[in-house]
Amino acid sequence: MAVKELYDVIVIGSGPGGLAAAIAAKKAGADDVLIIERDIELGGILLQCIHNGFGVEIFKEDLPGPTYSQRFIKEVRALGIETMLDTMVLDITPLKKVYASSKQHGFVVLEARSIVLAMGCRERTRPMIRIPGTRPSGVYTAGTAQRWTNVEGYLPGKRFVILGSGDIGMIMARRLTFEGAKVERVLEVMPHLTGLTRNYVQCLLDFDIQLQLRHTVKRIIGNDRVEAIESVKVDEKWKPVPGTEEIIPCDTLLLSVGLIPENELSKKAGVLLDPRIGGPIVDDSFQTNVPGIFAAGNVVHVYDLVDWVTEAGYVAGNAAGEYAIKERQKETGSITIQAGDNVRYVVPQMLDKAHLTDKPISLQMRVINPIEDPVWVEAHDGSNLVARKAERYVRPGEMVTLKLRPKHFDDVRKAGTLTISVNPK
Amino acid sequence: MEEKTKLICISCPKGCSLDVTHDGNTILKVENAACKQGYVYAEKEFTDPRRMVASTVKVKGGLHPLVPVYTANPIPKPKIQDLLVELRKVELQAPVTGGDVVLENVFGTGINIITSRDMPAV
Amino acid sequence: MLEKYDYIVIGGGVVGSVITRWLSKYEGSVLLIEKESDICMGSTSSNTAIVHAGYDPLPGSLKARMNVRGNEMWDTLAGELEFPFERRGDYVVAIGEEEFSNLTTLIEQGKKNGVPGMRLLMGDEVRSLEKEINPEVSGALWAETGGICDPFAITISAAENAVVNGAKVMLNTAFEDFIMDGDRIIGIKTNKGDFGCRWAINCAGLYSDVVMHKAGVRPEFKIIPRKGEYFVFDRADITVNNVLFPTPTEKGKGILVTTTLHGNTIIGPNSVLIDDKEDRSCTTAGLDEIWEGAQKLVPGLKRKHIIGMFAGLRPYGNGPCKTPGIDYQHDYIIEIPEKVKGFVNLGGIESPGLASSPAIAEEVVAMLQDAGETLKVKKDWNPIRRSRPRFRDMDHKERERMIRLDPRYGRVICRCENVTEGEIIAEIHSPIPATTYDAIKRRTWLGTGRCQGGFDMPRVVEILAGELGVSPLEITKKGSGSDFLSRPTKNVEGK
Repeated sequence: MAVKELYDVIVIGSGPGGLAAAIAAKKAGADDVLIIERDIELGGILLQCIHNGFGVEIFKEDLPGPTYSQRFIKEVRALGIETMLDTMVLDITPLKKVYASSKQHGFVVLEARSIVLAMGCRERTRPMIRIPGTRPSGVYTAGTAQRWTNVEGYLPGKRFVILGSGDIGMIMARRLTFEGAKVERVLEVMPHLTGLTRNYVQCLLDFDIQLQLRHTVKRIIGNDRVEAIESVKVDEKWKPVPGTEEIIPCDTLLLSVGLIPENELSKKAGVLLDPRIGGPIVDDSFQTNVPGIFAAGNVVHVYDLVDWVTEAGYVAGNAAGEYAIKERQKETGSITIQAGDNVRYVVPQMLDKAHLTDKPISLQMRVINPIEDPVWVEAHDGSNLVARKAERYVRPGEMVTLKLRPKHFDDVRKAGTLTISVNPK
Repeated sequence: MEEKTKLICISCPKGCSLDVTHDGNTILKVENAACKQGYVYAEKEFTDPRRMVASTVKVKGGLHPLVPVYTANPIPKPKIQDLLVELRKVELQAPVTGGDVVLENVFGTGINIITSRDMPAV
Repeated sequence: MLEKYDYIVIGGGVVGSVITRWLSKYEGSVLLIEKESDICMGSTSSNTAIVHAGYDPLPGSLKARMNVRGNEMWDTLAGELEFPFERRGDYVVAIGEEEFSNLTTLIEQGKKNGVPGMRLLMGDEVRSLEKEINPEVSGALWAETGGICDPFAITISAAENAVVNGAKVMLNTAFEDFIMDGDRIIGIKTNKGDFGCRWAINCAGLYSDVVMHKAGVRPEFKIIPRKGEYFVFDRADITVNNVLFPTPTEKGKGILVTTTLHGNTIIGPNSVLIDDKEDRSCTTAGLDEIWEGAQKLVPGLKRKHIIGMFAGLRPYGNGPCKTPGIDYQHDYIIEIPEKVKGFVNLGGIESPGLASSPAIAEEVVAMLQDAGETLKVKKDWNPIRRSRPRFRDMDHKERERMIRLDPRYGRVICRCENVTEGEIIAEIHSPIPATTYDAIKRRTWLGTGRCQGGFDMPRVVEILAGELGVSPLEITKKGSGSDFLSRPTKNVEGK
């Protein structure tokens, strides 16, 4: 795939928010839409969420995550939206330059008329909730364990304790049980379930997995691999109640203790975050404080339902598409092309800035005098050389073509007049 | 003989704790339900409880070693363990197309197990 | 036949590795043994990563001499081994008038120890230099020779340079006993077999007492592990520019706030004497203690910016100071004991052991020469060890070039710290191969950011398995018994 330098819309991330945003941007009329995804395939975290429960709002169907995701991936393909996979975005500037890196494409610098941030969220970790104890192998976030179990084909333990009664924690309890592991306990520090009742019934009660509310992990035991955890009851002020400690033997502790919008890139782009939620401050079209930079889905705040992430992606993508079209129109105005040294005429005589996109533009010309030695055919903006090519000779009877390519367009755009000349080398 | 069993209704997110009085699988009374759905749910849970099951099966030569699968319709709860055992025996060959039937009419229930996604060959 | 070496170094922490590098300069064979799966897994692995200026140790102690001499050797060593080191200077911060007067005592002590470049700063000056500092600051001792470093980098680069110069490093090799011929050590027994040697060098850190007792030396010497706990903060949320020590009190050196070479702020350590030499667990009480202590220096720290926590053990010994008239019972031991031949005995090398390590190596070499070793410099000795490319430190142009040379450097595996597949693979095939997740983490800093490895872990396990040609089930976090995965998802035994 050829990588263009300038896109109407670049979407960062291909989870449900990113896919929907790309689709909506394209449908809003943006021509060149690119999705950059760090994984080797489109879909994001939904690909590892193999359980049902997705699509009830959007499709009125109860679908597994990968099925839900695939419907959008197919639409992305059908619409001709470009993708760069296995590619990590390293930096975004407020002027909407995107720096990314991958094995296949190398280090790329792209520019976008608008950007949709759709990086999703990350999981809270052990240090964030400050669980004391040793640092052995076998302490994983639920999402990491989910990827190993459902995608990579390895079970990360045999006896589990899960901290957190959010939906991911409970769903993983059932998943691991399905694959023959033992889930010893689910602990929840709050006095109430934090996930859906449906998941409590179908993931825990169905399999006799014990849930303990107002309980947390007091410490982790084991030097090499987790050998046990010590649980403890907490009081109304979240203080451990002495005497309620219990050693629960296990080889793995899964943490399902919350998600945080992932906004390191947003910060680099100058996007202001709401300190309470960690996501960008956005307007009703999900535009951030940086004009032309939009944000969609869990990168803004963590949603309950994937369907709502999709809806948000549609809104942000549509706005990003419209923004890009306006930007494109602003670029109207034209560049004069004039004949310089030894050039009789050049066609076209004018260049529409709006057409400086992904396709090369051919300038055709005739020379005044023949030169039977090698020559440079050059396009200058004043003293600045914009493009050139060599010819072995030139004759008035033979038309000469100089192609302006997308890599030249930045310079072309800056020029009021381009002068074309043909001189001996 | 009359018995009492507690059930949590999952017809909606409210999650009423139902007190069900029953004789075997025959429901005599459902208490503490905020709406009629409570009775319907309890009856279903007592006579023919069913669940959606999502799991994975092995796949050879694919982008990943597993492909996710799910029950096209909820299957009887007592069949879940047997189904999981059957699924461990399955090994597909990539490429796989989402919606492909992995097990047809499983245990004569009329329910198919289908793949959740494409799995391209590599 | 017994495999024979001129020198066997017992223990691959910073002291053992730097000594091995020093010895590899000379003719003669060197073996470094380390009981863990990688070098740098004991006290060197978890500390404050500071190169102390040298005003802390008691004047006249061996600790003071090693610290000040060691400190001045860091620039050259960092240049030769190409490890990161920044001599940023450090502050001892006084809050309130009483503490300010203690600074004068400290500066006097520093002068006696020969520490250059110290001066007193007034409160205003400190406030203008460190924005986050407690506004009640009354002044500070400024020591311009203080520095920050990466303890893994000096240890690993020193050991690598030793290997390139002919030394041998054996991991997963635990010392069990000495082989004696009368009063002379002629070899050691390990779990990997016996090895002969002319000299054994005790660099066993927390276990230095156990090792010296096997040789019958200093039966009264005892290492008591002294635990210190730490928090690490997200560099995106808080920055201090420098090392901020509190003013030492009767109770000890206190909880400091410092920056790391990677830009993360860290706070700690407390100081708790424990029994178990392997107990690096964090405790609720300890974490509360460092939290409160750090507030005193930087009140603006926020719990929600914590991204890491760890505990380390200092090898706190009871070695007496040898200088007559100085009553100090916790000095370093660096000696060739009279009653045992072929033994260089080190013990109690706790903080500032990291700063002191080059001086200790120099001291050991001098002692061996005094003991009659000729120590001829190898003709082909190469003091230079080249660092490997770090994607994180490159600018756009360099990144572009690097990926063109080797596309694996284009694939970012750790998103928080920007570590690429190319770097991971280079570490797996380095002179001291990184074969565990933590070994790669120590060398590349991968997994240390705000997601704590949640994203990179499955990918690193896959890369390690691929490069080592084993199943992912065999990949461990830090050696035998610390595997990540239990079995393939679908292989349920008996079902």
